[in-house]
Amino acid sequence: MPRLTVGDLQKIKEKHKAEFTLREGGYRAKVTVHMGTCGIAAGAREVMTALLDEIANAGIDDVIVTTSGCAGLCAREPLATVEIINAPPVKYCDLNAEKIKEIFREHIMAGNPVEKYALVVGCETMY
Amino acid sequence: MEKVRTNLMLCAGTGCVASGTAKVKDALQKELEKRGLEKEIKIVLTGCNGYCAEGPVMAVYPDEIFYQKLTVEDVPKLVEEHFLKGRPYQKLMFKEPEKKTAIPMMKEIPFFKHQVLRVLRNKGLIDPEKIEEYISRDGYQAAAKALTQMTQEDIIKVIKDSGLRGRGGAGFPTGLKWDFASKVKSDIKYMLCNGDEGDPGAFMDRSVMESDPHSVIEGMIIGAKAIEAHSGYIYVRAEYPLAVKRLHLAIDQATEAGLLGKNILDTGFDFELEIYLGAGAFVCGEETALMRSIEGKRGMPRPRPPFPAHKGLWDKPSVLNNVETLAQIAPIILNGSEWYRSLGTEKSTGTKVFALTGAVNNVGLVEVPMGIPLRTIIYDIGGGIRKGRKFKAVQLGGPSGGCIPEHLLHTPVTYEDIVATGAIVGSGGMVVMDENTCMVGTAKFFLEFTTDESCGKCPPCRVGTKILMDMLTDITEGRGKESDIETLEDLGRDIIATSLCGLGQTAPNPILTTIKYFRDEYESHIKHKWCKAGVCRELTTFLIDEKLCKGCGACLRACPSKAITGEKKMPHKIIQDLCVHCRTCYDACKFKSIKILPAKFQGDPAELEAVLEKSKREAE
Repeated sequence: MPRLTVGDLQKIKEKHKAEFTLREGGYRAKVTVHMGTCGIAAGAREVMTALLDEIANAGIDDVIVTTSGCAGLCAREPLATVEIINAPPVKYCDLNAEKIKEIFREHIMAGNPVEKYALVVGCETMY
Repeated sequence: MEKVRTNLMLCAGTGCVASGTAKVKDALQKELEKRGLEKEIKIVLTGCNGYCAEGPVMAVYPDEIFYQKLTVEDVPKLVEEHFLKGRPYQKLMFKEPEKKTAIPMMKEIPFFKHQVLRVLRNKGLIDPEKIEEYISRDGYQAAAKALTQMTQEDIIKVIKDSGLRGRGGAGFPTGLKWDFASKVKSDIKYMLCNGDEGDPGAFMDRSVMESDPHSVIEGMIIGAKAIEAHSGYIYVRAEYPLAVKRLHLAIDQATEAGLLGKNILDTGFDFELEIYLGAGAFVCGEETALMRSIEGKRGMPRPRPPFPAHKGLWDKPSVLNNVETLAQIAPIILNGSEWYRSLGTEKSTGTKVFALTGAVNNVGLVEVPMGIPLRTIIYDIGGGIRKGRKFKAVQLGGPSGGCIPEHLLHTPVTYEDIVATGAIVGSGGMVVMDENTCMVGTAKFFLEFTTDESCGKCPPCRVGTKILMDMLTDITEGRGKESDIETLEDLGRDIIATSLCGLGQTAPNPILTTIKYFRDEYESHIKHKWCKAGVCRELTTFLIDEKLCKGCGACLRACPSKAITGEKKMPHKIIQDLCVHCRTCYDACKFKSIKILPAKFQGDPAELEAVLEKSKREAE
């Protein structure tokens, strides 16, 4: 590592911000890709990879991606749930790499849910 | 570009390494590669997470799932379930010992919930071997602020106002220490760090040095600026190999990055830092002995004054701060003294790290606001006493401290309140003892330690501790005299009054506090030759209460000397000539049918109840 100046400290911090967002919380949006057997068989893996690539290319650090099991509607897999802080979660269905990229641009970045791919808004009733 | 979606914070502290972190890491790496996940899921080796009893432990972010007791065999299933399919793997998740249900979220685990992390702010969150990770968590920002925007007086004022007191044990105000040294004129001064942690059962400083070495270095840079020192040493015992390795690495990285050495951060300030390895002598934690040891001489204390602020290392003005104290400095500089004072009490501000060990369910490293009651630490964070046993005492302050009984568990953890009980906060060792502990034996254990570690320079400590030790040995082996208790107290007070350094001045504390709170145990050892906890072998007779014995055979199978006989479902008997008084049967019996009686008990076993009843009345 070269000798640092006071300004460099902040730069290093910025550079690693994305990873520490994962560890400390404080993210703006969370995408859950449903990776049950059904999801994986229907191509959830490609959806996930495409999404990770998009996030990396956009260079943003406040969106986290996580996986979860089958969402229950196996017929419409791959499914993904997009949660923006302070907005109800939106479930998308029948996804592929192209669709998730569009969702990333429109919903996650611009804040407008993509109605044509959306399945439902909100959560199921929980006890 | 690659996007990392998950961080696996695998603990690589000494405790978890001993229980197999390296193998688990290799297995995880291999399994992630096999599943093609190695680029999006990153393994980070962290310092001690604090939850050592259940290691190896791993926290998964952003999911905030906490796994414990990882094994190589579990890895394939864990990777498949959680990291591939997104289903947290229940089997390895944290379970509260009392409930047995899996509680996955870290912030819901009582052990973590009650803690406030300042010293341990980076525990389990960064890789201690990478300076970038420390910098990413505001690392060296405080040093930069101190070097560019603050005068010596500014720094000393903030630390004074914060109320920070030395975490090594004595609790001397850190700001005041720095102030003294800064006012002495000298071309050479030294900034020193005391990493000679030596209390049995204490591992706070080791953990900080292992999991966040840069926080100590940063504190030293700020202290060096405050007193105008340009060189310093970290004194750390050679028995802490991992801490030594990570400190070396951290110093090398900081030097390369221009954070140590000449012209730090281009501010014109110089500070050279070296590590000095100690040989693990307890007395070298005393400041004057430590400085002599760095000078290459035999580690022995000398009378003060002159105090180190005037004549310290090589007779130059020096400041010696404990590891934990130094790790508190950077956040105080960044956030201000008011922020620091927002936790704790008026005179004991901020947080304190404790090494919680002994008979509690959750053994580990905890950081709590000062002023929190002992009960909260032991029962909420510590999860109560193991195996549902009864609490007896908590030992604070190691060999210099004392035992605090149950009726004082409401005592807030502050320097003043703990001293009022006869114990000391000390460096933070907290050993919890259950009903099966003999308090005379406990005092003897700590005395054995101080007798061994006494450097021998002053007679009160050298000779006095030996006499105390001999008397305790006599009491635990059945040769105690009625006058012994008074002699122990008198001699103890004399040793405290006349010893040269802190070692002798505190060595009798374990005896004095156990006499104060558990006098009946001393009396029962001396008068009735009866160790009711069944620990002192010469002072016990083990008998089976035939009315309670179900004849299950558990004791018979457990007895190492085949001293128990009996048919199935018939009351068993202990053959006294063969019994070695090891107490194994007592622990094995599920029906509490094994009774501990005085040495050479000759009475009729039928009179057991009467004898026990009588002793109970006497105790009351």
